[in-house]
Amino acid sequence: MRTVDVSKRDHFKNAVYPSPFHSRQKQYNQLKEWSRWADYLSVPAYWCADLEYFSGRNTCGVFDITPMVKHRVSGPDALPYLNRLMTRDVGKIKPGRVGYSVWCNENGQVIDDGTIFHLGEGVYRICSQEHQIDWFMTNTLGFDVNVVEETHDIAGLALQGPTSCAALKEMGLTGIENLTPFGMTWFNFEGKDLMVSRTGFTGDLGYELWIDPEHAELLWDRLFEAGDLRGIKAMGSDALELLRIEAGFILAGADFLPAMEAVRPTHTRSPFELGLGWLVSFDKGVFNGRQALLEEKKNGSRYHLVKLDIDGNKPAKDSFVYTKGKKYAGTVTSAMWSPSAKASIALASLEAPLDKPGEDFEVEIYYQRELKWSRVMAPARVVKDVFWDPPRRRQTPPADF
Amino acid sequence: MTDSNNVVIIGGGHNGLVCAAYLAKAGKKVTVLEAADQVGGAAATREFAPGFKASCAHLLYLLDQDISKELALKSNGLSMARSGLDTIALAADGNHITISSDSVDGGGLSSEDQAAYKEYRRFMSKFAGIFGAMHKLVPPRITQQRGDLMTLGKLALKVRMLGRDDMRELLRIGGINIYDILKENFDNPLLKGALSLDAVLGTFSGPRSNNSVFTALHRMSGNNAGAAGSVSIPAGGMGAVTEALAAAAKKASADIRTASPVKKILMDGMTVSGVELENGEQITASTVISNADPKTTIMNLLGARHVEAGFARKIDNIRAKGNAAKLHLALDGLPDFKGLSRAQLGERLVIAPTVEYVELAFNHCKYGEYSAQPVAEITIPSIHDANLAPDGKHVLSAIVQYAPRELGAGWGEGKAAFMEVVMNVLSEYAPDIREKTITAELLTPEDIETEFRMAGGHWHHGELSLDQFLMLRPVPKSAQYKTPVDGLYFCSAGCHPGGGIMGSAGRNAANVVLANGTST
Repeated sequence: MRTVDVSKRDHFKNAVYPSPFHSRQKQYNQLKEWSRWADYLSVPAYWCADLEYFSGRNTCGVFDITPMVKHRVSGPDALPYLNRLMTRDVGKIKPGRVGYSVWCNENGQVIDDGTIFHLGEGVYRICSQEHQIDWFMTNTLGFDVNVVEETHDIAGLALQGPTSCAALKEMGLTGIENLTPFGMTWFNFEGKDLMVSRTGFTGDLGYELWIDPEHAELLWDRLFEAGDLRGIKAMGSDALELLRIEAGFILAGADFLPAMEAVRPTHTRSPFELGLGWLVSFDKGVFNGRQALLEEKKNGSRYHLVKLDIDGNKPAKDSFVYTKGKKYAGTVTSAMWSPSAKASIALASLEAPLDKPGEDFEVEIYYQRELKWSRVMAPARVVKDVFWDPPRRRQTPPADF
Repeated sequence: MTDSNNVVIIGGGHNGLVCAAYLAKAGKKVTVLEAADQVGGAAATREFAPGFKASCAHLLYLLDQDISKELALKSNGLSMARSGLDTIALAADGNHITISSDSVDGGGLSSEDQAAYKEYRRFMSKFAGIFGAMHKLVPPRITQQRGDLMTLGKLALKVRMLGRDDMRELLRIGGINIYDILKENFDNPLLKGALSLDAVLGTFSGPRSNNSVFTALHRMSGNNAGAAGSVSIPAGGMGAVTEALAAAAKKASADIRTASPVKKILMDGMTVSGVELENGEQITASTVISNADPKTTIMNLLGARHVEAGFARKIDNIRAKGNAAKLHLALDGLPDFKGLSRAQLGERLVIAPTVEYVELAFNHCKYGEYSAQPVAEITIPSIHDANLAPDGKHVLSAIVQYAPRELGAGWGEGKAAFMEVVMNVLSEYAPDIREKTITAELLTPEDIETEFRMAGGHWHHGELSLDQFLMLRPVPKSAQYKTPVDGLYFCSAGCHPGGGIMGSAGRNAANVVLANGTST
């Protein structure tokens, strides 16, 4: 594996780098707006965030995931190391499979969430939102394990939407239709190694493609050629934000405060408080946060992250949530008007025990019409299911759209 | 199935033996596993040359008198060869100062210094009493729980009961350095030098390091009869203390096995299930109490993977850099120290001519060097106890500082060179020391680490300082002797209240084990 020496990048002069897809992003980026995502330039919207969103639901959209922080974990103790680090039982992620997980500090507070790619027997890739190398290295104490950050060694594209499988087939990835959700497979792509996983952040049929940065532009070009008749579009982070809220996926820094960044320790959240109790495996042995989480389980959680279905069509961004008796119940962490669910939806962190499904709440929404601010108290209900969960997300092989 | 009554204690040093004795008395089936051929650890009396015996820990000043009574150490064979030793601050010109618990004399001391000494002893003894009262406490957690709040409240009350002026003074000086305090109180350089030594012996600090008032107070915090910090020499060497403790434990049916080094702590799932010896033998027990230092216990015997990463990291970061070397000389007769009578040779002799000298001696170790001009605490115990040396011969036992555990050049080469430096310094005060020396043994912190299995060769099993004290010792979440691993406890000097031959850590740990019951 080739590891880029970050120290040679003059990072003090230039903290943000062009992605390996930059030349193509520049060409597609009609709005000429750039944002920063971790170490890289990212595109908020190429031409229209809403229409890019629809490509993710109706055709397929291409999103550059190179900036996602990536680590490689290997060595004889890779599995015991990850099992002590992660809350879930990593042993259940077989080679060639991907699993979602969170990891906690000793107070049982979530440091970050991410995906674990079991690349091959005992070799793992951990993808996360935040830089984790310091914490991951701290965790190596007492383990025969090798941990490196490989963010800059791999270029990644997410291809998400109902025609994604067909586009990949068109590109020559024969057999891609047999890949099951959370599986991964390798292709010879014009003589280059291409890894494809059936993963994504949109809650829809979709894939992520991983390749050496040297071949990034080739991959982009071939993909857009192959997807031309399948409605392929470049997609920016604004569209992805809409897609992930509909799918009910949480985002570090929005729906929870990463524990390592917290100055105020009570502002963080545990896995239970994020609705991720299913990721906590108490019977696998010791893991970071176990003791604190056992106590939380016994004594109860402080908060619960819920999905709200809100009356009306005004996005409840940054809103306060009240009980019907006008008692403060919590705040909205992510919100949008969902074009696919045809509803105003939100993720909200509510103070326990005000979190029962079916419970009635009121959401205080401030909105603007041509610079005039108004306020509405919109009735809202806690719902159990995610807002967007089409069968095609799981269907193998996917239908040929 | 493990017998829930079975307790294994790793290490037969004094705290392990104290813990064993209390648990055995309470009906536990206790097995003590000591790596060496005799119990005692660094307290053991060992023959370092044919017919000559010495103990690495050579002066007794902290032993908890309640332990002494409860375990009937006297009837188990412990007696003192000499108690209430004076300290003699050696001067190269022979114009020494004799420091007693209530007065100070010689060396051309002014009457102001003599009066100031009485006041210094008054407030230091009083403050040391506050720390002494903490020794028998299981450190409170910072929680809202009633028991912890009560304990904290009692401590606060004790401080408040000092009275307004003394309380203010304790709060002012408790965390600062001894250099400033001595400068405020005294003029005589030799007196200041000697008193500063009490603050820095066995620590990684110099008189100007903050925290050195605290270490001085800790040294005076024992509850022995007589004045605060009063020093004794047990008959038969320090090993007599641990032999008496072992006898008490055996009487209560504890099984003490020597030459049984533990290789690792065994786990059954997430619970301790026993230990494995280096010879492969496994001993099952639902409770394992480690008298090895916390770092060795978690990082080597248990394995960091069995605890959460944050805890492992804190344990790994415990500061335990031993700085004290130990010198044992087999002497062909009493040496001639300048200006000292034969009777005075039996007192505690210190080489610390000025407080600046002590600070300069410390400077070296910050850079991985040994002191060019070391300080020393010297005893000739054979004056009080003829059994330690053949007829007419004597043993000199000295703590020499500073000798950092991590010597830049490595102790392989450094040891002989440092020995030469030490002998040169001794010769300035006792010119005939070389010709009287038959055999010399120098234990560097590296030797102490190897022989007594203490991380860093540090006699407190971890630096004794305010950031590693009380509920912070050894680290939070194990300061109440119970580790985060079910069935595993600490009882060593690495826990509250620290090292010196005291026994309180062992006693407190036993109380916690009994209160918790053994895990099932």
